Amino acid sequence: MTSSAVASVLPPGLLAPAGGWSRRHPLLRQSILLGGVVVLVAFAWEGAKWLAGDPWRIAIGGFSYTHTPPFSVRIASDISLPHIWTIVGTLFEPVPAGPPLWIFLTGAAFYTLRTAFVGFAAGALLGLGLGIVFVHSRFLERALVPWVVGSQTVPIIAIAPIVVVALGANWISVAVVATYLTFFPVAIASIRGLRAYDPRAGELMRSYAASTAQVLWKLRLPASVPYLFSALRVAAAASVIGTIVGELPSGIPEGLGRAVLNFTQYYVTAPERLWATVASCAMTGLVFVGLVRFAEALLTRGRYRPAAI
Amino acid sequence: MIPDPAASAAGAPVVEIRGVDKTFATTSGGVTALKGIDLTIRAGEFVSLIGPSGCGKSTLLRIIGDLTGPTAGDVLVNGKPPHRARLDRDYGMVFQAPVLMDWRTVSRNVELPLEVMRYGKADRQARSKRLLDLVELGEFGDRYPWQLSGGMQQRVAIARAFAFDPALILMDEPFGALDEMTRERMNLELMRIWRETETIVFVTHSIPEAVFLSTRVVVMSPRPGRVNRVVDVDLPQPRTFETREARRYFELVTEVREALRGFEEAAVVDEAADARIRAEGIA
Repeated sequence: MTSSAVASVLPPGLLAPAGGWSRRHPLLRQSILLGGVVVLVAFAWEGAKWLAGDPWRIAIGGFSYTHTPPFSVRIASDISLPHIWTIVGTLFEPVPAGPPLWIFLTGAAFYTLRTAFVGFAAGALLGLGLGIVFVHSRFLERALVPWVVGSQTVPIIAIAPIVVVALGANWISVAVVATYLTFFPVAIASIRGLRAYDPRAGELMRSYAASTAQVLWKLRLPASVPYLFSALRVAAAASVIGTIVGELPSGIPEGLGRAVLNFTQYYVTAPERLWATVASCAMTGLVFVGLVRFAEALLTRGRYRPAAI
Repeated sequence: MIPDPAASAAGAPVVEIRGVDKTFATTSGGVTALKGIDLTIRAGEFVSLIGPSGCGKSTLLRIIGDLTGPTAGDVLVNGKPPHRARLDRDYGMVFQAPVLMDWRTVSRNVELPLEVMRYGKADRQARSKRLLDLVELGEFGDRYPWQLSGGMQQRVAIARAFAFDPALILMDEPFGALDEMTRERMNLELMRIWRETETIVFVTHSIPEAVFLSTRVVVMSPRPGRVNRVVDVDLPQPRTFETREARRYFELVTEVREALRGFEEAAVVDEAADARIRAEGIA
């Protein structure tokens, strides 16, 4: 929701004393904050290399200088921690017999995101469905919730090959692995959220002789929305991880999973490529979480402002 | 008790309570919240239940409204058991808190019972509009509850309770959370929208409020909750701002106060029982 949309429904003066320009432009403020953090991290990163990395030659125009850091620490070496400009530079170099790395990674990210989205959607529906069943049946809740929790104690890395062998080496089995990771937070949050309504609102619905379905649609589900979206944000990030892990044993060449596998093998000679891939994975997760947050803002317009992440 | 002309002019019994007891089980044994309650409320009456904490007035209201059942005795609402009356949508409820749905606009909150009862869309909107106009919130239909003050929110809750013309409106300290000035204004407002076609049962702590609003005031005593006295309020209708300045009004306020004082001094305050009852959420 934009601040001007809020202002138009509010009595005049209610928003005005709330703050200066940064409150009136929350998106701009957020961007500045994010950018600031990126700059700080870059400074810390290159500062560590300046102090304890490998020597490097700096050449600008005719000027040339070789910097030799005073200390030497392994985690700041060029193999462990490539220069930021090396990582950025490698994005524009072609992958073997292919396009520049950034095009390759963007394509892989979209492929992975698509699979993750299918897994996320299935996991969200499954989790919400389980939540709805559990809040209506104490018996099923007692019988099944321990299994739901137990499912998450099995490492996903062990589940993935089993699913891939069972369902075939295709994107659907990868999406199933993502579903396996995403249904859990949604199920747990639904159980809580679907019970989070005001008990007096429950009495009100009872006095209207509302049916179980009406209570679900008009009270339980709307009241669960804040809980649900907190879980969906977690689930969105988890679905990207699940997809990448699922892609590892599947042999699917298009996704980020394969890129991780490939560049891990060449890490000793070109660590910057794995770093670039890691950054792509993080960006993919962030984009997905951002989309979920946008959906929440749209759905809860006028009701409350979603939490930051 | 003097026969009340208003009561005899009133219609058929809407609520009939015969020998109702209510005992709550607690870890340290049963607590008797109500003992031997007999009360008849007729159509078009405005009956207040008044008494100190722990006298079971809210519990009695909840028994009438089928939110809880009596341990013994009979309750009939429109000649039916409360359960049947609830399924027939005979009740409009107002609690101390507005209990509005924060994801619905004000007008959609008023429409909520109408949606549950499957009224058509045009009818829902017309009723919501009419009632919001009645509680002077006609311009606020598109707002969300958080944009309204506490008093405005409670007016929305009242509009919602009246929206489907229930036979019986049950109000549990609806103005208890409001400041005195807002409360007096809300009392006037309630008198304006109560058209004596609805029957209202009203729980309150406030003597002036009970006398101002009611056709009858039921004074209850605690431990166990009983009907101590019923005071007929023969103030003329409609009740207006001037009502509060009438000599008869003050006489009645005094009468109710004395009825309350009778047991306030006699009763040994059992704090533990009181706390238990509150813990059960019935105080």
